[in-house]
Amino acid sequence: MWFFSSPHIVFGEGALSYLENLQGKLACIVSDSNVMRAGLVERVRSSLPAHIAVQVFTEVEPDPSLEVVRQGAAFLNQLQPDWIIAVGGGSVLDAAKGMWILYERPDVDPSAINPIETYGLRRKAHFIAIPTTAGTGSEMTWAIVLRDAAERRKLGLGNREAVPDWAILDPGMILELPPRLTVDTGLDALTHAIEGFTSTFHNDFTDGLCLHAVRLIFQYLPRCYRDGSDFEARQHMQNAAAIAGLGFGNSMAALAHGLGHSLGAVFHVPHGRAVALFLPYTIEYCAGSDPQTLRYVELAHMLGLAGETQNAAARSLVNAIRELEKSLGQPLNLQELGISRESLEQEMNLLVANALNDTQTIMSVRVPDEGDLQRLFWAAFEGKLVDF
Amino acid sequence: MSIPFPSDAWIKAMMEDLNNSQAYLDAAKNWEGDFYFIIEPGGSLDHTVILYMDLWHGKCREALEITDPNSKSPAFRLSGPVTTWKKVMTKKLDPMQAMITGQLKLQGNMAMVMKNVRAAKELVESCTRIPTEFPV
Repeated sequence: MWFFSSPHIVFGEGALSYLENLQGKLACIVSDSNVMRAGLVERVRSSLPAHIAVQVFTEVEPDPSLEVVRQGAAFLNQLQPDWIIAVGGGSVLDAAKGMWILYERPDVDPSAINPIETYGLRRKAHFIAIPTTAGTGSEMTWAIVLRDAAERRKLGLGNREAVPDWAILDPGMILELPPRLTVDTGLDALTHAIEGFTSTFHNDFTDGLCLHAVRLIFQYLPRCYRDGSDFEARQHMQNAAAIAGLGFGNSMAALAHGLGHSLGAVFHVPHGRAVALFLPYTIEYCAGSDPQTLRYVELAHMLGLAGETQNAAARSLVNAIRELEKSLGQPLNLQELGISRESLEQEMNLLVANALNDTQTIMSVRVPDEGDLQRLFWAAFEGKLVDF
Repeated sequence: MSIPFPSDAWIKAMMEDLNNSQAYLDAAKNWEGDFYFIIEPGGSLDHTVILYMDLWHGKCREALEITDPNSKSPAFRLSGPVTTWKKVMTKKLDPMQAMITGQLKLQGNMAMVMKNVRAAKELVESCTRIPTEFPV
């Protein structure tokens, strides 16, 4: 038994105008200072009907902490909104979901948000997600990644009730996204799609979504990078990120996310850049683990790449991903991220401990032990083939 | 030789397996909390059986079948029908999916669980290594 969860989705040019239909008294917009400065919060505010009062919380930081979620929940509790509208990238959307849960259930510890318990959301408010990047997929999922600052660790949390009620995908909200952010977030979506297709929870409902998202990202991400004003490419990338979100959100991500979460919490690397850097290494690590499955063969063939066996297809796929990343100016190893050998050695125990108990690591078809995690981090540092 | 499940002999065999598992030791370094595994009737099992494990920093300090449910106050309780336990222990059902879909019910400190998911996985892996005779 398993589930497929999805928000109602409004997409395409002018999608923001759907907000005119909202009924209610008070909406709280949750966002961050960059999105606010870019004028996107104002665009959302001005799209709401006049009868709805609006309050704004813009304190969300990149890699949101448990603390900011508590602060946001206190803000919501004070105002008692009937709508929560998250406007931003993955950090904002994840933090807002956490705030929503704590608003509805003040007794919940944010570090304990889990998919097992029932929270009874929607007694106080409904939730709208409006992404301002094309990558996170958080607008589609119940996943919530929060940072435990004290433990220098990201926590992979979530609950199926936290799937937004509505996801509004308006390409006008991502047209001004800078090139590096476009690539970081776009490659996050690629990692979602590939890991969603290959994780142990993959299923018939998610396979097609993940495959199509991979196809769209290979086709349109380079165009978005070369010309941010390419409306058609932006629109397809926004859809691809959401489709990948629907895919992996119902089948889970895997090892590249486990390593990326760990690295991001310790070295403060942007999420998409971190997970995409690890993706080729983790494909190499997983490829030979189960000769009965042909997931990488299916992926490679869909992209028109060679490879009749898992290992051969994985090699083709890894080469294609690295070529794509290189063409987009992304780092291919940890040294190119500016991480020194000394700092990696110094932090290795924490990196391994975090990755070992990450909720996404255990969704991998091959689950590394401590020794293999160390070898994976070193392979990613040196930019070496993973052949163990 | 297979060991009947659920039984005192079975939980003691699991204790021995866990205490020999480097993977469990690595994954559960930070785990603190004892368990009731509550196995509800099915097949030839006509009554609920409670198996107790005291898990502490990667080791199992005590394991036994409990006859009086009030004799311990465990930090965690994992319960479900014996048919579901069998599916999980024979790898026909993923333990995370079993819990998320409510086929197995977990109660306890969920922050501890979410920070130690690998420990939970290794715990289930241990179950699958015990040669087991099921009542269903």
